[in-house]
Amino acid sequence: MSHDPGYNFAYLDEGTKRMIRRTLLKAVAIPGHQVPFGAREMPLPYGWGTGGIQVTASILGRDDTLKVIDQGADDTTNAVSIRRFFARVAGVRTTTRTAEATVIQTRHRIPEAPLREGQVIVYQVPMPEPLFRLEPRLAETRRMHALADYGLMHVKLYEDIARHGHVSTAYNYPVMVGGRYLMSPSPIPAFDNPKMDHMPALQLFGAGREKKIYAVPPYTSVRSLDFEDHPFRPHRADGTCAFCGARDSYLDEVVCDDQGSRMFICSDTDYCESRWEPEQ
Amino acid sequence: MSFPLLEAQGLILRFGTTTALDDVGIAVHPGEVVAIVGESGSGKSTLLRVLSGQLVPAAGQVTYRDAQGQPHLLHEMGEAALRRLMRTDWGFVHQNARDGLRMGVSAGGNVGERLMAIGARHYGDIRAQATEWLRRVEIDEARIDHLPRTFSGGMQQRLQIARTLVSRPRLVFMDEPTGGLDVSVQARLLDLIRGLASELNIAVLLVTHDIAAARLLAHRLMVMRHGRVVEQGLTDRVLDDPQHPYTQLLVSSVLAA
Repeated sequence: MSHDPGYNFAYLDEGTKRMIRRTLLKAVAIPGHQVPFGAREMPLPYGWGTGGIQVTASILGRDDTLKVIDQGADDTTNAVSIRRFFARVAGVRTTTRTAEATVIQTRHRIPEAPLREGQVIVYQVPMPEPLFRLEPRLAETRRMHALADYGLMHVKLYEDIARHGHVSTAYNYPVMVGGRYLMSPSPIPAFDNPKMDHMPALQLFGAGREKKIYAVPPYTSVRSLDFEDHPFRPHRADGTCAFCGARDSYLDEVVCDDQGSRMFICSDTDYCESRWEPEQ
Repeated sequence: MSFPLLEAQGLILRFGTTTALDDVGIAVHPGEVVAIVGESGSGKSTLLRVLSGQLVPAAGQVTYRDAQGQPHLLHEMGEAALRRLMRTDWGFVHQNARDGLRMGVSAGGNVGERLMAIGARHYGDIRAQATEWLRRVEIDEARIDHLPRTFSGGMQQRLQIARTLVSRPRLVFMDEPTGGLDVSVQARLLDLIRGLASELNIAVLLVTHDIAAARLLAHRLMVMRHGRVVEQGLTDRVLDDPQHPYTQLLVSSVLAA
């Protein structure tokens, strides 16, 4: 497959890609540290994954196979559009199979199937600063990162427990990377946090509007914050997938009619399909 | 003999043509309450900011002696070390409780913050300590989950004191802690500070324009005017037998009830 000759390979110009790759190298060298970069205007609005797309565009090679997921699904508008975009401007192979992909761009989920060495997962990040709801001054949050002064984050968890009896943060649950940097895992469910710990694949995070990139190299410790007497517990809806019967996957609740009937289905469509295909 | 906890010599600081500090020296010993009094603009708050490392003087040095007896030059410590000091060995009580409290965080969270900042990770322990400290500063324990903005001015100030003392600092800076409170609330607050300071053997450096507060709390007194220390000595000596004309004026200006 060849790419649209009207565009440079993978849309961005080579200078921009080099700049982003340099940023990525720095980000990998300092796991969890947010590195600023010169985010470009992309042909889609902020909040639709411009950061992730720029990172993907910079690391894509002609032999890569790309998978794009949005809330776990391969077939939602955002996922389909981004996949088509790269099929056109980079001419790379695309797939919905987690195991076949070399680059996976994701919004809000980590695939259920474990990732392996050699794969790269690119997260779309709306707000890279984990402290932004607690400390409004960005200069101050940078200082807190520099001095590893993270007591405030625990104050937030304390407040949650005092108010609700448990930590009520269900997504974008803050993590410590490599025992040093506090990091926002992007709005993935807390259920996915344990998958980030010592993951064999490279994890890259791109925030387009905030112009920040950060990374977790393979086999790096990623620990969800908690208290000794209130340990981190990944939350999952107590149900079974109506399609594949999975009891271990992250579930979406689907309202079926206006009579209040509902069902649970796997949020990861590829995982779900892979479970019932052999039976057909 | 005991070495001073905090010692400063020859502090000079100018803001433009105004001399805020003119060759000021001070020493605070462990467990001692020292008050700096003077009128508005006399340089007392500036001195407090220099002594607590928030401002760098043009000349002179501030030495802090840590729990192991090691002296540190404050303005050569680096930000990380200074911050660590600020949340372990030191405390700062602001005039306006809003500056010292997190208004969007419950009373318990406010008291627990310093504990969590120095590594406490057991929710039950943190909460138990917060409850204990609320009791010590006479705030109803049932209000532990309430936001400070629902508290009265006096309660907010007591909460700020609990939040500062929970990590058992060795030295607490207080900037007009009773400012803006009515007299009966002031009296109770002063009583509380005096009790806690002597019970926990905390050194306090207190800035105030309230001579009565200084007399109640302080062992020693420094009188400042135009950035200079005009008189210092034991509190009772300075207030009962003022030598400097300005101190005499200050003492005679206090209204007797």
